[in-house]
Amino acid sequence: MAEQTRHRPFDMAKLTSVPYLVWMLLFTIVPLGMVVWYAFTAYPNTDFTLQNFAGVLKYGKTFWKSIYLSLIATVVCLIVGFPMGFIMSRMSERGQRTMQMLIMLPMWMSFLLRTYAWMTLLENEGLINKFLGLFGIGPFQMINTQGAIVLGMVYNYLPYMILPLYSVMVKIDQSVIEAAQDLGADGFHVLIRVILPLAVPGIVTGITMVFVPSVSTFIISRMLGGGSNLLIGDLIEQQFLGSVYNPGVGSAMSLILMVMILLIMGVINRFDSDEMEGMLV
Amino acid sequence: MKKKNVLSKVYTGLMLLFLFAPIFVLIVFSFNESKSRALFTGFTFKWYVELFQNEMIMSALWGSLSMAFCSSTIAAIVGTAAAVGIHKIQRKGIRTAIMNITYLPVLNPEIVTGISMMLLFVIFKNLLGIKLGFITVLIAHVTFCLPYAILNVLPKLRQMDPSLYEAAQDLGCPPVRAFFKVVIPEIMPGIISGYLMSFTFSLDDFIITYFTSGSGFTSLPLVIYSMVRKKVNPQINALSAIIFVVVLLMLLISNLVQARKEKAD
Amino acid sequence: MKRKLSLLLAVLTAASAAAAFSSCGSSSSAKPTLKVFNWGEYISDGQDDTLDVIEMFEEEFNCNVQYDTFSTNEEMYTKLASGSVEYDIIIPSDYMISKMINEDMLEPIDYDVVTNAANLMERFKTTDYDPGNAYSVPYTWGTVGLIYNTTMVEGTPTSWSALWDENYTGKILMFLNNRDAFGIAEKLLGYSQNSTNADEIQACADLLKDQKKVKPNYVMDEIFDKMEIGEAALAPYYAGDAVTMISENPDLAFVVPEEGSNVFIDAMCIVKGTEQYELANQFINFMCRDDVAQANIEYICYSTPLQTVYDNLDEEIRSNEIIYPDDEVLSRCESFVVLPDDTNQLIQDLWNEIIAE
Repeated sequence: MAEQTRHRPFDMAKLTSVPYLVWMLLFTIVPLGMVVWYAFTAYPNTDFTLQNFAGVLKYGKTFWKSIYLSLIATVVCLIVGFPMGFIMSRMSERGQRTMQMLIMLPMWMSFLLRTYAWMTLLENEGLINKFLGLFGIGPFQMINTQGAIVLGMVYNYLPYMILPLYSVMVKIDQSVIEAAQDLGADGFHVLIRVILPLAVPGIVTGITMVFVPSVSTFIISRMLGGGSNLLIGDLIEQQFLGSVYNPGVGSAMSLILMVMILLIMGVINRFDSDEMEGMLV
Repeated sequence: MKKKNVLSKVYTGLMLLFLFAPIFVLIVFSFNESKSRALFTGFTFKWYVELFQNEMIMSALWGSLSMAFCSSTIAAIVGTAAAVGIHKIQRKGIRTAIMNITYLPVLNPEIVTGISMMLLFVIFKNLLGIKLGFITVLIAHVTFCLPYAILNVLPKLRQMDPSLYEAAQDLGCPPVRAFFKVVIPEIMPGIISGYLMSFTFSLDDFIITYFTSGSGFTSLPLVIYSMVRKKVNPQINALSAIIFVVVLLMLLISNLVQARKEKAD
Repeated sequence: MKRKLSLLLAVLTAASAAAAFSSCGSSSSAKPTLKVFNWGEYISDGQDDTLDVIEMFEEEFNCNVQYDTFSTNEEMYTKLASGSVEYDIIIPSDYMISKMINEDMLEPIDYDVVTNAANLMERFKTTDYDPGNAYSVPYTWGTVGLIYNTTMVEGTPTSWSALWDENYTGKILMFLNNRDAFGIAEKLLGYSQNSTNADEIQACADLLKDQKKVKPNYVMDEIFDKMEIGEAALAPYYAGDAVTMISENPDLAFVVPEEGSNVFIDAMCIVKGTEQYELANQFINFMCRDDVAQANIEYICYSTPLQTVYDNLDEEIRSNEIIYPDDEVLSRCESFVVLPDDTNQLIQDLWNEIIAE
């Protein structure tokens, strides 16, 4: 009897997740279903068509460019962020706390403002060119180039690489590294054999958190790329709120982007199945 | 070893320079007399004065804050309830399915989430007469905040000793009351960190708001977007400076509080 | 990490709770709201001690105005067509007005309310894009030409081909909208700006693609900034905005190229299905009122279609050939008309290819 009363609230408790499930069904699954629907119908009719995907094919180059630029940005973030994460993880407790704060600080400002800041720096008449001009160098064309877009991505998403890397590397005990050194491993081998394998979950999380927003951005390219240099995100935005209302092609693009990202992440996550732990810092 | 230390310090310094130099340039030029972004012609506070007189920015600021408040509160309540329910689900298949749905908005590119919701809300408008505005943005924000609310609470539930809850009931406490007296205080840190994440994500969101706000709601990021696309306006710099100082102060205070707490421990 | 943020919660919650309550309080006022959708930098908004016409309207008619801006006709049209936005008043250009009339997206104007429209100059009382102005009341008109920085450009660039000149690589701006961009290419090749010939349009697209060699920066409203601080040397844009830029930077000049150009009329329209039909008509009438129209036109520097406003302008403005060009210039200019859907689609596809590359 006592056993029964104790277990009844257990069953009741399961029901508390119902509002959430209904919510997610209505506002996540149904909208994604609509994207699929629009992608396969000829707006404004409801006839089935593959025409939208044919329309996307014309932009194959843009897709390739988006992937290419965001891959570069991700690799740069990894190369630059890895040493930083490691240095941070070896600091004193107080140092770690301060560094965490400093690295998060820019993240708390709107990414629009951060990108705007680079816009003013990179211009032909901007501060960097003015500064170089003092030494008789330049001016260089920096804004409106693909390099500027990559820079914008790196600047905006670098903290998302550093923090997960730091959070896994802080768990690596200094004695493990020292033991390896005592056994005669040089710096390079310590890195490859000891630190790198242990840092894999952080690397995976970092790559995901830099690559996904980079490949789908539609503001950074517009602000730093000078109106040409469109990326996938810009094209999608154009189909819905830009130059021509074409929800079919826009949905087809979104669908391809989504599937592509899920596939890429599926592949990356093969290296590590535990990536969510690192994600929440 | 010493050489390495120097190298680390130099590297850290360069990193911080990279992260903060652009922001400091923005802030310095918020005091610039002229609109030039490369020449400092004189010191002034006039952009700050103009900023506070700018009705559009001020009302957008209130809009953003109330949106963040409403969405993170709803997400915290619905999300905590959901986490409790999910925690109790034993069947592995169902659990995995639910967790996958939970991760979906986290992993999906924001622009896809944004347009998918816009498509839904346009249908809402045509069928139910609900115009795009505060309500639709609220729905969208709650949707992307919910996973963070749940993912922060679940680990706390897992850490909790289930016998606590049972003991309370054995001592005659009714289940609902036992839940609020015993379980909620245990998982409170998770609820709070989820709330904070939701609050900041909502406050800072541009992409999803851009697609779901229609013409009925304006948030601070939307105003910033419309400003950076037009004539140069040093009010943006002034706004950046203020946001930077507020964020810096908050982080400093919380850092100090935590340091003191740790010392006390 | 988690605990250290808990303090922020208290602060933020307190601040935002106050915000939530205050926003509830203000929205309960019973004033009607008029939603206006206009081009960026296209109204006297109280900057630099000018008249804030929106605020004046709000006070006189005891209402709220929600004022938003767009940067191209196409952007405005797409947003309305997507069904996600709602506006009462829009101010598109001629060809777009035809398109929207054809698609039944506009309400007819109530001329019993818009009495100030009687003051329109004769040539604006009936227009090709909207015969008899049934759906639109002209707001401004103007030409498209080349804005250039005299310290960076030698002589006067009298041809659109200056925008293809490799001497100015990296210092050229270009329209970020397909109609204006194709219009330039069409004039340069000697075609009509309303060509529906697929071969001609393809030739224009090739020409615009060829322009990539000078690394143009595609912009709309960002142009003010870039020209005023000398970030760019050459740009095609609207005459009225050129005057604004020249007043900020006297090194700038404006010319309508010899190949000819576009002359446009932007007009105020009421969106189909508006809940504020009466107020919308009053707004249009208000914008045509002498005092308002004059203050507005003096600030935005475009050309006015209203007779008494023109008569009352300073001689200096009336004789400004950028704003009020002579007949010789106007004879070189052509108006856009609405293109068939398949032509629009072709242009759109080609344009996306050009800028996406």
